[in-house]
Amino acid sequence: MMEVRFSGFGGQGIVRCALITGKAISLYDDKFATMTQSFGPEARGGACSSQLVVSETRVLYPYVTVPGVLVALSQEAYNKYEPELGNGGILIVEQDLVKQKPDTGRVQIFPVPATRFAEELGNRLFANLVVIGFFAAVTKCVTPDAVKKALPELVPGRFLKANIQAFDKGYAFGNDMLAERASPKEAVA
Amino acid sequence: MRKVKADPKGVLEGPHFMDGDHALAEGALAAGCRFFAGYPITPSTETAERFAERCPEAGGLFIQMEDEIASIAALIGGAWGGQKVMTVTSGPGFSLMMENLGLACMTETPMVIANVQRGGPSTGLPTLTAQQEMMQARWGSHGDYRVIALVPDSPQECFDLAIEAFNLSETYRVPVLIMTDETVGHMHEKVVIPPADKIEVVERNWYTGPKGEYKPYKFGDKNYMPGPMVKVGDGHRFHITGLVHDERGYPQATVEAGKINITHIIEKIDSNRDKIVRFEADQLDDAEVVVVSYGITSRIAIKAVMDARKQGIKTGNFRMITAWPFPEKQIREIASKVKAIVVPEINYGQMVMEVERLAAGKCKVVSVNSTGGAVHDPKEILAAIKEARS
Repeated sequence: MMEVRFSGFGGQGIVRCALITGKAISLYDDKFATMTQSFGPEARGGACSSQLVVSETRVLYPYVTVPGVLVALSQEAYNKYEPELGNGGILIVEQDLVKQKPDTGRVQIFPVPATRFAEELGNRLFANLVVIGFFAAVTKCVTPDAVKKALPELVPGRFLKANIQAFDKGYAFGNDMLAERASPKEAVA
Repeated sequence: MRKVKADPKGVLEGPHFMDGDHALAEGALAAGCRFFAGYPITPSTETAERFAERCPEAGGLFIQMEDEIASIAALIGGAWGGQKVMTVTSGPGFSLMMENLGLACMTETPMVIANVQRGGPSTGLPTLTAQQEMMQARWGSHGDYRVIALVPDSPQECFDLAIEAFNLSETYRVPVLIMTDETVGHMHEKVVIPPADKIEVVERNWYTGPKGEYKPYKFGDKNYMPGPMVKVGDGHRFHITGLVHDERGYPQATVEAGKINITHIIEKIDSNRDKIVRFEADQLDDAEVVVVSYGITSRIAIKAVMDARKQGIKTGNFRMITAWPFPEKQIREIASKVKAIVVPEINYGQMVMEVERLAAGKCKVVSVNSTGGAVHDPKEILAAIKEARS
């Protein structure tokens, strides 16, 4: 079982991240996924979080208890949720938007310049797909095929191609980072 | 009672990643509901939105009414106009519906009312979950009457039970309540919608006799099954009223008429209890403690039961799918075999009173209650199981 929290500010596509990933996992990866979201008077710019519980068997408790993965795309979200991330958990941060505490080795940190990548692809709104790609590479929680199958009804048709490009960019960046960390010498050479 | 295959126009076949609110609307459309009147209220609004968006393709009508009193009144009209009808609301709106819920019971008008429960009383906790209207569902309108109430535990069951709700509603000519909650309503999970030819829906029992002879009610039938209905506007002369009435629907202000009328609306549910009640029971055979729960809480309860079993405590699980009529026989039987029954619910102790009544002192009954706003921590239920056994 894996518990994931996506967090950031309203407008970054935090809820959509969990929706796309949850749909991909439960419809196309043949696992169980339950998605919930912070529900209140939040709006664009406010704190936002969505939760995904993934399991090989039916999910019973629908909320995150001790997340194994935290995606933090804003400083506020990082400050609020980093302490609850389990020891040894995976922390994915938007490196240009989050100033981190010194790394104590408590968790595995994976920084990604998702917004910058998205802007390079033409629109910062694609940042959440860069994040999903990066998340897929780093956590292996969802397969790229499943995400691509899940996308069509969840992003506007005219932006489907760009969203897939954003996903691929994040996925490749994540895999490169894993490869580099696995054999750092080769990477230097 | 005639069962037919669902109309494909209302069936969005396939697997979906959907929340419970949307699944309610899809279930209603699959069941043949083509009229929805409602007033938006958190956390139920998504059901109305979904129905409004989808119903034109299915050939239905959605009306946003001025309030919840008018919404349920419109359902009574819509049902007698020939449609399968539904509304959705939450606590405050549910309270407003109570008077006309009684009118629907008295006029034996089929309808489905979903209550996506949030914390109360009053406006309470609009965005947070609760199960605080379980007794209101049963007793909220004045006078003696019966309804059927179903309690889904997932988006999939919101879909499945919406169909079931319409089928029961048509079979017994009674309002059927779907008592879900904010957690299930807003939670996304896989929902598989079967093809239309795999969905059985109960058709309205239409009157086929000669004009001029139609009676809107039939009392004293075997098993108290209700009589057929007609559509307003089809040329039948008939009368329906909230007053005690005879089979023609005309008011009869007598003790005798009341005895026949009220016995009928109560017994058509009570005497068919075994056909209506649905539940899931697991690991009851050797259980010393059984957790009785419903809705979202039952999922947390299953986790607690699994944890208790791991610790060697013989624990069973009983999940109500039908809350009303209450599974009396089943709870009585459990109470005669176990040391204790544990009842977690997201209220200050409501259905536990029914459990206590039926246990009648044969076993300990422990309430794991809350003031609402959040689901239980499985540890709270586990602690109650341990304490109950000692």
